[in-house]
Amino acid sequence: MNFALTQTAIDPIHQFQVSKWLDLSIGGIDISFTNASGFMLLGVVLCIAFFGYAASKRALVPGRTQSMAEIGYGFVADMVRSTAGEEGLRFFPFVFTLFFFVFFANMIGMVPYAFTTTSHLVVTGALAILVISIVIGFGIWKNGLKFFKLFAPSGAPFLIYFILVPIEVISFLARPVTLALRLFANMLAGHIMLKLFATFAAQLIGAAISGTVLLGVVGLLAFGMGVALNALELLVAGLQAYVFAILTCVYLNDALHPSH
Amino acid sequence: MLIALLAQEAAHGAEHMPDDAPPPFPPFEPWHMPGQLFWLAILFAVLYFALSRFILPKMSDTIEKRSDRIASDLDQASVLNEQATEAQQALELRIAQAKAKARETAAKAKQKIDDEVSAQTARVDAEIEKKLDAAESRITEMRAKAMQNVEQIAIDTADAMTARFGLKASPADLKKAVSASLK
Repeated sequence: MNFALTQTAIDPIHQFQVSKWLDLSIGGIDISFTNASGFMLLGVVLCIAFFGYAASKRALVPGRTQSMAEIGYGFVADMVRSTAGEEGLRFFPFVFTLFFFVFFANMIGMVPYAFTTTSHLVVTGALAILVISIVIGFGIWKNGLKFFKLFAPSGAPFLIYFILVPIEVISFLARPVTLALRLFANMLAGHIMLKLFATFAAQLIGAAISGTVLLGVVGLLAFGMGVALNALELLVAGLQAYVFAILTCVYLNDALHPSH
Repeated sequence: MLIALLAQEAAHGAEHMPDDAPPPFPPFEPWHMPGQLFWLAILFAVLYFALSRFILPKMSDTIEKRSDRIASDLDQASVLNEQATEAQQALELRIAQAKAKARETAAKAKQKIDDEVSAQTARVDAEIEKKLDAAESRITEMRAKAMQNVEQIAIDTADAMTARFGLKASPADLKKAVSASLK
């Protein structure tokens, strides 16, 4: 049973390979423009182009593009308002940028051969640290030391605080980690699965053509699975952008109103 | 069989590795991290700047204008609605007034006609009464006259009859006897 199946190795990790497009370095630090930067640039350009075009219309009765952009605007505005309150709206541009930055990156990642910028922990980690820095910075600037009440919710018996405060501190410190890991892991795992099933389907159907019918049946099953996974990954791409943005709102709400 | 294939696959893959060391996992390769962070910072900042400075204010302006316009349109609509209701009420009032006036006029006309009819009826009745009275009086007169004639005839007859018997009665006695028997 030695057929053409194994000629190309399945390498689901290859799609995350960063390759240099343009060699750059400042002060000995490598800041080359890579495929990751290129697709990130594409997302930002598409985002600015879409919203810029939609915003330039300013029609009283919106057309399709303007309608879509305004639905996006209303969606993020409602999300901020419902989780962080009216005061949270001062962070609306930030949450909007964050949501659509991640959303466009995830969606571009769904295109075959495109690079998924959010599948790199350094990117999601940087975004998560940015969020948590804003939460801490703004929380202390606005509430002063009262911000640390966040770690000691009022109303508990005195002795409980010895357990409660460490738990609250740990859960707060876990926030940026989970925020970054959730998006990174979802995108990474999803794209690995997609790649595996797609390659598997192609190879098995290829094998079937060269004679083994049973492998073809399995190949078709793998193909169906790939299609289903594609739909699921589209959902995950949107959902993870939403989760990232809404958790940002929840954390910002803590900075705005630290006493629970 | 599939597991066997996968195992073979893995073995095959391993054969083609450049070294025995496993290949680095790209997201954890350190060399591209500064570059990624650098470009992320620039691109995120550009996106934030473009959205918060230019695009979002424009959109919020458009949305606000629209909601203002909708609110003012609704206001205007309610004002117009009120006006229409007022006009309708005024119209209803005028219709009611006109109806009342019409009813009044009709009643007046009816009254006038009724009056005329009753006056005329009264006049005609009176005339008929008068005529009846005249006729009745004439009848009575004629009857009296006739009775008188009857009396005279009876007297004459009685006179003739008494004369046949060879008697002679005075006219006064005859008259008395006749009128007594007539009664």
